Amino acid sequence: MSTINRRDFGIAVAAAMLLPATAARAEGMEVHIDNFVFQPAQLNVKLGTTVTWTNRDDIPHTVVCAGKFRSKTMDTDDSFSFTFTAAGDYKYFCSLHPHMTGMIRVE
Amino acid sequence: MSGFDHDHRDEDRGVSRRKVLECMTWAGTGVLWTVTGGVPRSLGMVGSAQAAESPGMTFLQISDSHVGFDKPANPNALGTLEEAIGKINAMPAKPAFMIHTGDITHLSKAAEFDNAERIISQAKLDVHYVPGEHDLIDEEVKLYKERYGRGTRGAGWYSFDAGGVHFIGLVNVVDLKAGGLGNLGAEQLAWLENDLKGRSKSTPIVLFAHIPLWTVYPTWGWGTEDSGRALEYVKGFGSVTVLNGHIHQVMQKVEGNVTFHTARSTAFPQPAPGTAPSPGPMKVEDARLRSLLGIASVNFKQGQERLAIIDTPLHG
Repeated sequence: MSTINRRDFGIAVAAAMLLPATAARAEGMEVHIDNFVFQPAQLNVKLGTTVTWTNRDDIPHTVVCAGKFRSKTMDTDDSFSFTFTAAGDYKYFCSLHPHMTGMIRVE
Repeated sequence: MSGFDHDHRDEDRGVSRRKVLECMTWAGTGVLWTVTGGVPRSLGMVGSAQAAESPGMTFLQISDSHVGFDKPANPNALGTLEEAIGKINAMPAKPAFMIHTGDITHLSKAAEFDNAERIISQAKLDVHYVPGEHDLIDEEVKLYKERYGRGTRGAGWYSFDAGGVHFIGLVNVVDLKAGGLGNLGAEQLAWLENDLKGRSKSTPIVLFAHIPLWTVYPTWGWGTEDSGRALEYVKGFGSVTVLNGHIHQVMQKVEGNVTFHTARSTAFPQPAPGTAPSPGPMKVEDARLRSLLGIASVNFKQGQERLAIIDTPLHG
Protein backbone atom coordinates (compact mmCIF):
# COMPACT_ATOMS: atom_id res chain seq x y z
CA MET A 1 0.00 0.00 0.00
CA SER A 2 3.02 2.27 0.22
CA THR A 3 2.96 2.89 -3.50
CA ILE A 4 -0.78 3.24 -3.91
CA ASN A 5 -1.64 5.72 -6.64
CA ARG A 6 -4.51 8.16 -6.77
CA ARG A 7 -6.64 5.94 -9.06
CA ASP A 8 -6.32 2.83 -6.89
CA PHE A 9 -7.07 4.88 -3.83
CA GLY A 10 -10.25 6.12 -5.51
CA ILE A 11 -11.29 2.53 -6.25
CA ALA A 12 -10.58 1.55 -2.66
CA VAL A 13 -12.76 4.40 -1.40
CA ALA A 14 -15.57 3.40 -3.81
CA ALA A 15 -15.32 -0.21 -2.64
CA ALA A 16 -15.49 0.94 0.95
CA MET A 17 -18.63 2.91 0.14
CA LEU A 18 -20.24 -0.16 -1.44
CA LEU A 19 -19.47 -2.27 1.61
CA PRO A 20 -20.13 0.05 4.50
CA ALA A 21 -20.68 -2.76 6.98
CA THR A 22 -17.25 -4.21 6.31
CA ALA A 23 -15.57 -0.85 6.26
CA ALA A 24 -17.23 0.37 9.42
CA ARG A 25 -16.78 -2.85 11.34
CA ALA A 26 -13.75 -1.72 13.24
CA GLU A 27 -15.37 1.28 14.84
CA GLY A 28 -19.11 1.04 14.21
CA MET A 29 -20.26 -2.51 14.87
CA GLU A 30 -19.81 -2.45 18.56
CA VAL A 31 -22.25 -2.24 21.41
CA HIS A 32 -21.03 -1.01 24.75
CA ILE A 33 -22.62 -1.69 28.08
CA ASP A 34 -22.36 1.38 30.28
CA ASN A 35 -24.47 2.07 33.36
CA PHE A 36 -26.73 -0.93 32.73
CA VAL A 37 -27.57 0.30 29.21
CA PHE A 38 -26.77 -1.18 25.78
CA GLN A 39 -25.36 1.59 23.61
CA PRO A 40 -26.59 2.01 20.97
CA ALA A 41 -29.89 0.45 21.98
CA GLN A 42 -30.56 -0.32 18.31
CA LEU A 43 -27.87 -1.03 15.76
CA ASN A 44 -28.55 -1.51 12.04
CA VAL A 45 -26.06 -3.73 10.22
CA LYS A 46 -25.63 -5.50 6.89
CA LEU A 47 -25.83 -9.25 6.51
CA GLY A 48 -22.62 -11.00 7.51
CA THR A 49 -21.61 -8.36 10.05
CA THR A 50 -19.97 -9.33 13.31
CA VAL A 51 -21.18 -7.33 16.27
CA THR A 52 -19.11 -7.16 19.44
CA TRP A 53 -20.57 -6.31 22.85
CA THR A 54 -18.22 -5.06 25.58
CA ASN A 55 -19.12 -4.70 29.24
CA ARG A 56 -17.74 -1.51 30.75
CA ASP A 57 -19.66 -1.79 34.04
CA ASP A 58 -18.32 -2.98 37.40
CA ILE A 59 -21.12 -5.55 37.39
CA PRO A 60 -21.33 -8.63 35.13
CA HIS A 61 -23.86 -8.71 32.30
CA THR A 62 -24.98 -11.11 29.58
CA VAL A 63 -26.30 -10.75 26.04
CA VAL A 64 -29.13 -13.16 25.27
CA CYS A 65 -31.33 -13.44 22.20
CA ALA A 66 -33.73 -16.34 22.69
CA GLY A 67 -32.92 -19.19 20.32
CA LYS A 68 -30.24 -17.17 18.48
CA PHE A 69 -27.29 -16.37 20.69
CA ARG A 70 -26.29 -16.31 24.33
CA SER A 71 -23.06 -14.95 25.73
CA LYS A 72 -21.25 -16.27 28.75
CA THR A 73 -21.38 -13.97 31.74
CA MET A 74 -19.21 -10.99 30.87
CA ASP A 75 -17.26 -9.47 33.72
CA THR A 76 -15.79 -5.96 33.44
CA ASP A 77 -14.15 -5.39 30.02
CA ASP A 78 -15.13 -8.84 28.73
CA SER A 79 -16.52 -9.03 25.18
CA PHE A 80 -18.83 -11.25 23.19
CA SER A 81 -19.14 -11.39 19.39
CA PHE A 82 -21.78 -12.79 17.08
CA THR A 83 -21.89 -12.84 13.28
CA PHE A 84 -25.32 -12.25 11.75
CA THR A 85 -25.94 -14.51 8.76
CA ALA A 86 -29.69 -13.98 8.39
CA ALA A 87 -31.70 -10.80 8.02
CA GLY A 88 -34.18 -9.78 10.66
CA ASP A 89 -34.68 -7.97 13.94
CA TYR A 90 -32.75 -9.54 16.82
CA LYS A 91 -34.12 -8.36 20.13
CA TYR A 92 -31.83 -9.24 23.00
CA PHE A 93 -31.50 -8.57 26.73
CA CYS A 94 -29.30 -9.13 29.77
CA SER A 95 -30.54 -12.26 31.53
CA LEU A 96 -29.22 -10.94 34.86
CA HIS A 97 -30.82 -7.50 34.53
CA PRO A 98 -33.76 -8.08 32.20
CA HIS A 99 -34.74 -4.42 32.11
CA MET A 100 -31.66 -4.01 29.90
CA THR A 101 -32.79 -4.59 26.32
CA GLY A 102 -31.43 -3.88 22.84
CA MET A 103 -31.91 -4.77 19.19
CA ILE A 104 -29.75 -5.54 16.16
CA ARG A 105 -31.50 -4.99 12.81
CA VAL A 106 -29.84 -7.04 10.07
CA GLU A 107 -30.64 -5.90 6.51
CA MET B 1 -27.37 -0.51 76.07
CA SER B 2 -28.13 -3.35 78.44
CA GLY B 3 -31.72 -3.45 79.61
CA PHE B 4 -32.80 -1.63 76.45
CA ASP B 5 -36.55 -2.10 76.37
CA HIS B 6 -37.94 -2.52 72.87
CA ASP B 7 -41.52 -2.24 73.97
CA HIS B 8 -41.97 0.75 76.16
CA ARG B 9 -39.93 3.55 74.73
CA ASP B 10 -42.02 6.17 73.07
CA GLU B 11 -39.65 9.08 72.73
CA ASP B 12 -39.92 8.98 68.98
CA ARG B 13 -43.66 9.30 68.92
CA GLY B 14 -43.38 12.76 67.43
CA VAL B 15 -41.31 11.59 64.48
CA SER B 16 -43.24 10.69 61.38
CA ARG B 17 -42.56 7.38 59.71
CA ARG B 18 -41.42 9.15 56.57
CA LYS B 19 -38.91 11.14 58.57
CA VAL B 20 -37.61 8.05 60.29
CA LEU B 21 -37.34 6.19 56.99
CA GLU B 22 -35.32 9.09 55.63
CA CYS B 23 -33.00 8.97 58.60
CA MET B 24 -32.63 5.26 58.30
CA THR B 25 -31.87 5.35 54.61
CA TRP B 26 -29.72 8.41 54.40
CA ALA B 27 -27.81 8.51 57.64
CA GLY B 28 -26.96 4.84 57.25
CA THR B 29 -27.29 4.32 60.96
CA GLY B 30 -28.90 1.39 62.69
CA VAL B 31 -32.53 1.88 63.60
CA LEU B 32 -34.53 -0.36 65.82
CA TRP B 33 -37.98 -1.20 64.62
CA THR B 34 -40.80 -2.88 66.38
CA VAL B 35 -43.89 -3.98 64.54
CA THR B 36 -47.17 -3.88 66.38
CA GLY B 37 -50.41 -4.60 64.63
CA GLY B 38 -48.69 -4.24 61.29
CA VAL B 39 -47.47 -0.71 62.00
CA PRO B 40 -43.75 -0.33 62.53
CA ARG B 41 -42.53 2.17 65.04
CA SER B 42 -39.00 3.37 65.26
CA LEU B 43 -37.59 3.12 68.72
CA GLY B 44 -34.58 5.23 68.04
CA MET B 45 -31.10 4.92 66.74
CA VAL B 46 -29.54 1.85 68.20
CA GLY B 47 -25.86 2.57 67.96
CA SER B 48 -24.32 -0.42 69.66
CA ALA B 49 -27.66 -1.81 70.87
CA GLN B 50 -28.03 -5.54 70.56
CA ALA B 51 -31.16 -7.57 70.22
CA ALA B 52 -29.61 -10.07 72.56
CA GLU B 53 -31.25 -8.72 75.70
CA SER B 54 -34.72 -9.26 74.26
CA PRO B 55 -36.52 -12.44 75.06
CA GLY B 56 -37.86 -14.48 72.17
CA MET B 57 -36.17 -15.76 69.07
CA THR B 58 -33.60 -13.69 67.22
CA PHE B 59 -32.31 -14.55 63.80
CA LEU B 60 -29.97 -12.68 61.50
CA GLN B 61 -30.12 -11.62 57.92
CA ILE B 62 -27.03 -11.01 55.84
CA SER B 63 -27.09 -10.31 52.14
CA ASP B 64 -25.14 -9.52 49.01
CA SER B 65 -21.67 -10.62 50.13
CA HIS B 66 -20.46 -10.55 46.50
CA VAL B 67 -17.35 -12.54 47.40
CA GLY B 68 -14.91 -12.00 44.53
CA PHE B 69 -15.87 -8.38 43.97
CA ASP B 70 -12.69 -6.27 43.86
CA LYS B 71 -13.69 -3.06 42.09
CA PRO B 72 -13.13 0.49 43.45
CA ALA B 73 -16.44 0.52 45.40
CA ASN B 74 -14.84 -2.07 47.71
CA PRO B 75 -11.59 -3.80 46.69
CA ASN B 76 -11.96 -6.29 49.56
CA ALA B 77 -15.50 -7.64 49.72
CA LEU B 78 -14.26 -10.76 51.50
CA GLY B 79 -12.74 -8.57 54.20
CA THR B 80 -15.98 -6.69 54.89
CA LEU B 81 -17.88 -10.00 54.99
CA GLU B 82 -15.40 -11.13 57.61
CA GLU B 83 -16.05 -7.93 59.57
CA ALA B 84 -19.79 -8.61 59.42
CA ILE B 85 -19.28 -12.13 60.75
CA GLY B 86 -17.05 -10.69 63.45
CA LYS B 87 -19.90 -8.41 64.48
CA ILE B 88 -22.22 -11.40 64.70
CA ASN B 89 -19.72 -13.34 66.79
CA ALA B 90 -19.44 -10.38 69.16
CA MET B 91 -23.15 -10.46 69.96
CA PRO B 92 -23.63 -11.28 73.63
CA ALA B 93 -26.30 -13.89 72.90
CA LYS B 94 -26.19 -16.26 69.98
CA PRO B 95 -28.96 -15.78 67.39
CA ALA B 96 -30.98 -18.89 66.52
CA PHE B 97 -29.76 -19.01 62.92
CA MET B 98 -28.98 -16.87 59.91
CA ILE B 99 -30.57 -16.29 56.55
CA HIS B 100 -28.57 -15.11 53.54
CA THR B 101 -30.66 -13.39 50.90
CA GLY B 102 -28.39 -14.07 47.96
CA ASP B 103 -25.46 -12.84 45.90
CA ILE B 104 -23.14 -14.84 48.10
CA THR B 105 -20.58 -14.61 45.30
CA HIS B 106 -19.93 -12.10 42.56
CA LEU B 107 -19.31 -14.47 39.63
CA SER B 108 -20.37 -17.94 40.89
CA LYS B 109 -16.78 -19.21 40.85
CA ALA B 110 -16.00 -22.28 42.95
CA ALA B 111 -13.25 -20.37 44.80
CA GLU B 112 -15.71 -17.57 45.61
CA PHE B 113 -18.22 -20.05 47.07
CA ASP B 114 -15.38 -21.69 49.02
CA ASN B 115 -14.17 -18.37 50.42
CA ALA B 116 -17.69 -17.31 51.37
CA GLU B 117 -18.26 -20.62 53.16
CA ARG B 118 -14.94 -20.37 54.99
CA ILE B 119 -15.86 -16.94 56.40
CA ILE B 120 -19.60 -17.41 57.01
CA SER B 121 -19.08 -20.74 58.77
CA GLN B 122 -17.06 -18.87 61.41
CA ALA B 123 -20.40 -17.62 62.80
CA LYS B 124 -21.15 -21.26 63.73
CA LEU B 125 -24.82 -20.78 62.88
CA ASP B 126 -27.19 -22.67 60.62
CA VAL B 127 -27.52 -20.60 57.47
CA HIS B 128 -30.56 -20.70 55.21
CA TYR B 129 -29.72 -19.40 51.76
CA VAL B 130 -31.59 -18.25 48.71
CA PRO B 131 -29.65 -17.49 45.52
CA GLY B 132 -29.10 -14.11 43.93
CA GLU B 133 -28.55 -13.73 40.19
CA HIS B 134 -24.78 -13.63 40.83
CA ASP B 135 -24.89 -17.14 42.33
CA LEU B 136 -26.23 -18.84 39.20
CA ILE B 137 -23.84 -17.67 36.46
CA ASP B 138 -21.36 -20.55 36.33
CA GLU B 139 -21.38 -22.33 32.96
CA GLU B 140 -23.39 -25.32 34.12
CA VAL B 141 -25.38 -23.45 36.79
CA LYS B 142 -24.66 -26.17 39.32
CA LEU B 143 -22.35 -24.79 42.02
CA TYR B 144 -25.05 -23.06 44.09
CA LYS B 145 -27.35 -26.09 44.02
CA GLU B 146 -24.54 -28.48 44.86
CA ARG B 147 -23.74 -26.47 47.95
CA TYR B 148 -27.07 -25.12 49.13
CA GLY B 149 -29.78 -26.89 47.17
CA ARG B 150 -30.17 -29.97 49.34
CA GLY B 151 -33.80 -30.52 50.29
CA THR B 152 -35.04 -27.65 48.14
CA ARG B 153 -37.47 -27.64 45.22
CA GLY B 154 -37.13 -26.28 41.71
CA ALA B 155 -34.44 -23.63 41.49
CA GLY B 156 -33.92 -23.81 45.27
CA TRP B 157 -37.09 -22.80 47.14
CA TYR B 158 -38.12 -24.34 50.47
CA SER B 159 -39.78 -23.65 53.80
CA PHE B 160 -39.05 -24.46 57.43
CA ASP B 161 -40.37 -23.68 60.90
CA ALA B 162 -38.42 -22.10 63.74
CA GLY B 163 -39.52 -20.53 66.99
CA GLY B 164 -43.18 -20.65 66.00
CA VAL B 165 -42.54 -18.76 62.76
CA HIS B 166 -42.97 -20.27 59.30
CA PHE B 167 -40.07 -19.29 57.01
CA ILE B 168 -40.29 -19.51 53.24
CA GLY B 169 -37.22 -19.04 51.03
CA LEU B 170 -38.14 -18.10 47.46
CA VAL B 171 -36.09 -17.84 44.26
CA ASN B 172 -36.88 -14.89 41.98
CA VAL B 173 -33.68 -14.69 39.93
CA VAL B 174 -34.16 -17.42 37.31
CA ASP B 175 -35.92 -17.52 33.98
CA LEU B 176 -36.10 -13.73 33.81
CA LYS B 177 -37.97 -12.30 30.84
CA ALA B 178 -36.68 -9.55 28.54
CA GLY B 179 -37.89 -6.17 29.72
CA GLY B 180 -39.17 -7.64 32.99
CA LEU B 181 -38.29 -7.73 36.67
CA GLY B 182 -37.59 -10.57 39.11
CA ASN B 183 -39.65 -13.70 38.51
CA LEU B 184 -41.11 -16.44 40.71
CA GLY B 185 -42.85 -18.46 38.01
CA ALA B 186 -45.97 -20.63 37.97
CA GLU B 187 -44.38 -23.76 39.46
CA GLN B 188 -43.00 -21.95 42.51
CA LEU B 189 -46.24 -20.02 43.04
CA ALA B 190 -48.25 -23.25 42.99
CA TRP B 191 -45.85 -24.75 45.53
CA LEU B 192 -46.18 -21.64 47.72
CA GLU B 193 -49.97 -21.73 47.65
CA ASN B 194 -49.85 -25.37 48.69
CA ASP B 195 -47.22 -24.75 51.37
CA LEU B 196 -49.48 -22.17 53.04
CA LYS B 197 -52.70 -24.12 52.66
CA GLY B 198 -54.21 -25.29 55.95
CA ARG B 199 -51.68 -23.37 58.01
CA SER B 200 -53.09 -21.47 61.00
CA LYS B 201 -53.59 -17.81 60.12
CA SER B 202 -52.02 -16.85 63.42
CA THR B 203 -48.69 -18.33 62.33
CA PRO B 204 -46.23 -15.49 61.69
CA ILE B 205 -44.84 -15.80 58.17
CA VAL B 206 -41.42 -14.70 56.96
CA LEU B 207 -40.90 -14.68 53.20
CA PHE B 208 -37.34 -14.14 52.03
CA ALA B 209 -35.94 -13.83 48.52
CA HIS B 210 -33.12 -11.97 46.79
CA ILE B 211 -34.88 -9.34 44.67
CA PRO B 212 -37.48 -7.24 46.52
CA LEU B 213 -40.96 -8.77 46.41
CA TRP B 214 -42.38 -5.27 46.19
CA THR B 215 -41.82 -2.71 43.48
CA VAL B 216 -39.02 -0.47 44.69
CA TYR B 217 -37.92 1.00 41.36
CA PRO B 218 -38.82 -0.81 38.12
CA THR B 219 -36.57 1.44 36.02
CA TRP B 220 -33.66 -0.36 37.65
CA GLY B 221 -35.40 -3.72 37.75
CA TRP B 222 -35.97 -3.51 41.52
CA GLY B 223 -39.13 -5.52 41.88
CA THR B 224 -40.64 -8.91 41.10
CA GLU B 225 -43.02 -9.36 38.19
CA ASP B 226 -45.40 -11.85 39.81
CA SER B 227 -44.90 -11.08 43.52
CA GLY B 228 -48.52 -9.91 43.72
CA ARG B 229 -49.62 -13.53 43.43
CA ALA B 230 -47.35 -14.59 46.29
CA LEU B 231 -48.66 -11.77 48.46
CA GLU B 232 -52.24 -12.83 47.80
CA TYR B 233 -51.48 -16.22 49.34
CA VAL B 234 -50.30 -14.62 52.60
CA LYS B 235 -53.14 -12.10 52.80
CA GLY B 236 -55.10 -13.81 55.57
CA PHE B 237 -52.12 -14.20 57.88
CA GLY B 238 -51.86 -11.89 60.87
CA SER B 239 -48.16 -11.18 60.60
CA VAL B 240 -46.11 -11.29 57.42
CA THR B 241 -42.53 -10.08 57.11
CA VAL B 242 -40.79 -9.96 53.73
CA LEU B 243 -36.99 -9.82 53.79
CA ASN B 244 -35.00 -9.10 50.65
CA GLY B 245 -31.56 -7.95 49.48
CA HIS B 246 -30.34 -7.03 45.98
CA ILE B 247 -30.58 -3.24 46.33
CA HIS B 248 -27.73 -2.90 48.87
CA GLN B 249 -29.52 -0.42 51.12
CA VAL B 250 -32.18 -0.40 53.80
CA MET B 251 -35.73 0.26 52.66
CA GLN B 252 -38.97 -0.48 54.39
CA LYS B 253 -42.63 -0.38 53.49
CA VAL B 254 -45.76 -1.51 55.28
CA GLU B 255 -48.94 -2.61 53.56
CA GLY B 256 -51.63 -3.82 55.92
CA ASN B 257 -50.29 -6.88 57.72
CA VAL B 258 -47.17 -7.08 55.57
CA THR B 259 -43.85 -5.45 56.41
CA PHE B 260 -41.31 -5.32 53.59
CA HIS B 261 -37.68 -4.80 54.45
CA THR B 262 -34.42 -4.87 52.49
CA ALA B 263 -31.00 -5.38 54.05
CA ARG B 264 -27.68 -3.73 53.45
CA SER B 265 -24.96 -5.55 51.56
CA THR B 266 -21.76 -6.64 53.26
CA ALA B 267 -19.83 -5.74 50.09
CA PHE B 268 -20.70 -2.38 48.52
CA PRO B 269 -23.50 0.19 48.61
CA GLN B 270 -25.78 1.02 45.69
CA PRO B 271 -27.39 4.41 45.10
CA ALA B 272 -30.88 5.34 46.21
CA PRO B 273 -33.43 4.92 43.39
CA GLY B 274 -33.01 7.46 40.65
CA THR B 275 -30.10 9.31 42.28
CA ALA B 276 -27.46 7.97 39.88
CA PRO B 277 -27.30 7.03 36.19
CA SER B 278 -27.44 3.32 37.11
CA PRO B 279 -27.80 0.96 40.07
CA GLY B 280 -24.12 -0.02 39.81
CA PRO B 281 -21.74 -0.11 42.79
CA MET B 282 -21.52 3.27 44.50
CA LYS B 283 -18.03 4.51 45.31
CA VAL B 284 -17.96 6.51 48.53
CA GLU B 285 -14.99 7.79 50.47
CA ASP B 286 -13.29 5.01 52.43
CA ALA B 287 -14.27 6.45 55.80
CA ARG B 288 -17.96 6.21 54.88
CA LEU B 289 -18.02 2.74 53.34
CA ARG B 290 -18.63 0.75 56.51
CA SER B 291 -21.54 2.95 57.52
CA LEU B 292 -23.32 1.78 54.36
CA LEU B 293 -22.61 -1.94 54.79
CA GLY B 294 -24.11 -4.10 57.49
CA ILE B 295 -26.33 -6.83 58.83
CA ALA B 296 -29.88 -7.06 60.16
CA SER B 297 -31.12 -8.92 63.18
CA VAL B 298 -34.78 -9.82 63.56
CA ASN B 299 -36.43 -10.56 66.87
CA PHE B 300 -39.72 -12.38 67.28
CA LYS B 301 -41.56 -12.62 70.56
CA GLN B 302 -43.86 -15.58 70.90
CA GLY B 303 -47.51 -14.67 71.25
CA GLN B 304 -47.04 -11.02 70.37
CA GLU B 305 -46.94 -11.37 66.61
CA ARG B 306 -44.28 -8.81 66.14
CA LEU B 307 -40.92 -8.91 64.50
CA ALA B 308 -38.48 -6.19 65.42
CA ILE B 309 -35.80 -5.53 62.84
CA ILE B 310 -32.51 -3.93 63.75
CA ASP B 311 -30.19 -2.84 60.97
CA THR B 312 -26.66 -2.49 62.17
CA PRO B 313 -23.95 -0.97 59.98
CA LEU B 314 -20.45 -2.40 60.13
CA HIS B 315 -19.32 0.93 61.52
CA GLY B 316 -20.70 4.35 62.43
